[in-house]
Amino acid sequence: MIGIVDYGMGNLLSVYSAFDYLGANVIICKHPEELSEVGKIVIPGVGAFKDCMELLKKEHFDEALNEQVIKIGKPTIGICLGMQVMAKKSFEGGVYGGLGWFDADVIKLTITDEKKRVPNIGWNEVSHTSNPLFEGVPENTDFYFVHSYFVNCHDSSDVIATYPYDIPVTASILKNNIFATQFHPEKSQDFGLKILDNFISWNP
Amino acid sequence: MSKRRLIPKLQLKTSHYNPSKMVLVTTKQFSDFIEIGDAVSQSKIFQDQGADELIFINIDRVNKGIDILAGIIHNVSAEIFMPITVGGGVQTEQDFRTLLSNGADKISINTIAVNNPDIINNASAKYGAQCVVVSIDYKQEADEKCYVYINNGSTKTKLSPIDWAVECEQRGAGELLLCNIDRDGMRYGLDNEICNAIATQVKIPVITSGGCGLAKHFIDGFKQGQADAVASGTFFAMQDQNFMQTRSQIKNSGINIRVYS
Repeated sequence: MIGIVDYGMGNLLSVYSAFDYLGANVIICKHPEELSEVGKIVIPGVGAFKDCMELLKKEHFDEALNEQVIKIGKPTIGICLGMQVMAKKSFEGGVYGGLGWFDADVIKLTITDEKKRVPNIGWNEVSHTSNPLFEGVPENTDFYFVHSYFVNCHDSSDVIATYPYDIPVTASILKNNIFATQFHPEKSQDFGLKILDNFISWNP
Repeated sequence: MSKRRLIPKLQLKTSHYNPSKMVLVTTKQFSDFIEIGDAVSQSKIFQDQGADELIFINIDRVNKGIDILAGIIHNVSAEIFMPITVGGGVQTEQDFRTLLSNGADKISINTIAVNNPDIINNASAKYGAQCVVVSIDYKQEADEKCYVYINNGSTKTKLSPIDWAVECEQRGAGELLLCNIDRDGMRYGLDNEICNAIATQVKIPVITSGGCGLAKHFIDGFKQGQADAVASGTFFAMQDQNFMQTRSQIKNSGINIRVYS
């Protein structure tokens, strides 16, 4: 069973519908203790980093997630802001600590090219390494991004996919049982669903 | 930048034939409604044809409750796995939450943004800039100046669309959706002049709409208008012209756009 963390932010319905459409057994977890009953975990999220971390802490999801994801090692996917909170800290609107699962900072997309825009909204070609989560996804497939900040990893081996903006921007990270995407697989049509399907059958 | 986007604009209105049902309509200059189908089934066609996003706007002046709109989006989002912008009748920050929790990704505001511009700042702080789309409808007047209109194009304001666009960005909007009311549904081309003026003054993405009748008009919107995205209602509803064909023509003109496979 797959559990989607519901800490009160983000478009949970789309993530839920995507897993449901793929035939997965999926539930929305409103309480941290429910995470112990699922086999895989989804951390979605749209909004501001600070609010997200505050809500995770307020609902005691941070402790439960550390237990289930780090100690027990359940396969986990973070999406968009759900990826960013896995970093050590974020510089969005101040400096705030994250879950610290990746040695990374969340920093603003900077642009020197005047034609580029922030937030970056839209489809970008993603280049990825060979890994089980991108299996069946051709190189340079378009995925849908909506973001102003991105995860800047200090350990480049954590980065498994990027897309070109002013600099190569982190599109996906992977470490042991933890996978995350800056883009929205649940909004990226066929190949987005393919990635979620790969996550469903993933055995790290 | 991200690839340029093609976006069907789906306008919802109570059916003349079945007042208990909301249907998709096309408009000309914000009136002359023609019913063209069901929201869910039409969205699935657009998804299969590889539209880049969908925009839903409730333009009904009576059934403008958020719950009605939220119900439709809820049904759409069970089967549509692409970005969805929703608007029409949004009044409060709570309305943002209602629509987001029913499957919307971005919320479009228009009248309330003019009447209570702080909602842009507040919603942007709460839900993120990427979530706040300000829809700007405007008309050119006899004095050759353009003015922003609200309430489905029925109420003139003193705002210039360019100044208003800049203010929206400063207040935290994440995207702008422009529509030249006079061109709506007329199929003789977009207003690239105003779009270009706005797109070159703001950093946030600009979606232009109103007037597409040929694939060339989309190309003009990207090249002359410098738009990040072109939205169209009538174009995709009223002729045997689909995304794959239009997309190929845009791609062939040298625009960086997704080619759906």
